[in-house]
Amino acid sequence: MNRPYIRTPVLLEVKNLNKSFGGVHAVNNVSFTLNSGIIKAIIGPNGAGKTTLFNIISGILKANSGRVSFKGEDITGLNPHEIAERGIVRTFQNIKLAGHMSVLDNVMIGRHSKTRAGFFAAALSLPWTIKEEARTKEVCMEIMEMFSLTDLANEEVSNLPFGKQRAVEFARALAADPELLLLDEPASGLNIYETEELAEVIERIKNKGITILLVEHDMSLVMDISDEILVLNFGKEVASGLPEKVQKNPEVINIYLGEG
Amino acid sequence: MDLKRYYPVVVLILVVILIQILTSLFGITFYLTQLTMSAYYSLLTIGLCMLMGYAGQISLGQAGFFAIGGYTTAFLTTVNLIDKAEAPVLSLFKSLGIMVLREDLYGNKILHLSPWVAFLFAVIITIFIAFLIGVPVLKLKGHYLAMATLGFGIIVYRVVLGTRAFGEADGITRVPGFNLLPGIRVSGDFANRVENYYIAWVLVIIGAILLINLVNSRAGRALRYLHGSEEAASTMGVNVSRYKLNVFVLSAIYASVAGVFLTHFNAGIGPSEASVMKSVRYVAIVAAGGMANLWGTLIMAVTLNFLSLRGVFGTYDDAVFAVILIVIMLFAPRGLIRKGVISEIEFAFKKLKPGGIIKVKRES
Ligand SMILES: Nc1ncnc2c1ncn2[C@@H]1O[C@H](COP(=O)(O)OP(=O)(O)O)[C@@H](O)[C@H]1O
Ligand SMILES: [Mg+2]
Repeated sequence: MNRPYIRTPVLLEVKNLNKSFGGVHAVNNVSFTLNSGIIKAIIGPNGAGKTTLFNIISGILKANSGRVSFKGEDITGLNPHEIAERGIVRTFQNIKLAGHMSVLDNVMIGRHSKTRAGFFAAALSLPWTIKEEARTKEVCMEIMEMFSLTDLANEEVSNLPFGKQRAVEFARALAADPELLLLDEPASGLNIYETEELAEVIERIKNKGITILLVEHDMSLVMDISDEILVLNFGKEVASGLPEKVQKNPEVINIYLGEG
Repeated sequence: MDLKRYYPVVVLILVVILIQILTSLFGITFYLTQLTMSAYYSLLTIGLCMLMGYAGQISLGQAGFFAIGGYTTAFLTTVNLIDKAEAPVLSLFKSLGIMVLREDLYGNKILHLSPWVAFLFAVIITIFIAFLIGVPVLKLKGHYLAMATLGFGIIVYRVVLGTRAFGEADGITRVPGFNLLPGIRVSGDFANRVENYYIAWVLVIIGAILLINLVNSRAGRALRYLHGSEEAASTMGVNVSRYKLNVFVLSAIYASVAGVFLTHFNAGIGPSEASVMKSVRYVAIVAAGGMANLWGTLIMAVTLNFLSLRGVFGTYDDAVFAVILIVIMLFAPRGLIRKGVISEIEFAFKKLKPGGIIKVKRES
């Protein structure tokens, strides 16, 4: 074993995944495993296929071939909401929020798969739905506190600065109580201070026992916080392993220097 | 729970009562007839508001669902089964109250389904058809969805217009009243005018309360959310296609129930109720009402339908609604009764002025 330090069970397994768009082989036979409780980073230049990989894992895109399993269950080809229900939650590289809704609403949607009130029960405002809703709000306010969003609870999201919108996406993802959190370039668009704060937040999330798969461009952030790294280029794995090891890989250095 | 959301309901109840008292006081209760009809149209419109304003799914087929409700009840409560009255099934039905025997104006005996049964039948058929249409159609977005629902509306219109059993161009007449409860009867009889005004508005109020509850719930949040971003909603666990289908069916039920009640109130229904122009009118009203604004939609629905029924728009009736739609799409595409609408209209005006667009572009 080249990773003797990891003794936790395998949470996510990706096997021989392929995805093409026309002539572009965006994900080319990618395989990796992710042990629970760690932070694994996927790095690589623009267009390497990182977001596409996330889209497949979260069910937004269907792979051409290959398999994704989560806790031993084959989840390939499931719909996004079914994958969310299993405990895999993601954030987006280009923030995807409901801009016309309040910060609180945007965080509360995160609890959708953890709550039950359907059309009928909700329209009749059955007592249990009122309790459930109150509880949801309580949980979300606590999470928002962590991101200093409490004062903005009733603000329309589209009025918020970029950094705050990123925070709302994080809060929304955490509200879902995920087992596996997929973060797609969480530092993009953030300034140095915000990025430092972000690193802290990610560590805190890890300490809650949430496993993190992180796509990131910012090398310093990645080297700081990740336990393992997978490097992709043109959809293919270039290197993988411990950060120190990957950092010294000549091919990786080449890719990153070549990119300038 | 936040009770503030029910304040408008209280206001609505008071206004409804006040209007009834005033019309009685001044001896102008004939206005109540049009207000009753407006109420039923409003019921349909708030259902569409949920679908279009909150969930962001346009439908140009609501008149179709209205007609399905209206025609189903009209047909089932007028088709005469007296010849087959001796059949054991029918006599059993009669003793169970599923069939009713009545006499028409000329003393002919008519045996037909009870309006309650017809009503349930209408709703079930509506749900069935809405599912059938909704599954394929709701995969579409934006103007493709508009086109597809428009197509559905046209089909319903042509079917009722071309079917003998539905009276072709004449529609179905002599539809009996609907005894909701002992002593409470949906009908257009002069003597029942005040009673029917209240029946209609109680129905609207119940419909509105259900929607307010829904909007402010987990399910309603999911509906509003998929309007903003389907992808984000689905990755947060919202079964987007099922939610869209549910709200589509819900709005169809509102339309259908409105169709059933108004048909009993008017004692008939004609093909014009299924016309595409009616569907356009409903969409225009929701847009004017502020899209995701239940109360705005309700106010617009009552006002515009009342004016239309009073004949204020004359021969330009349909054109008025088309103009409303165009003007709103041009100047306030997110709806009229809404926060921040004034500045948006100013912006749209600037854009329309010669050279305005260039100036706006430079600013941005
Ligand atoms: N929906 C799509 N349709 C067509 N091509 C796509 C689509 N998504 C990604 N691609 C292409 O796939 C490749 C990988 O893109 P992406 O996964 O976004 O890379 P990364 O996130 O690593 O920057 C790129 O060449 C991109 O143009
Ligand atoms: Mg990307």
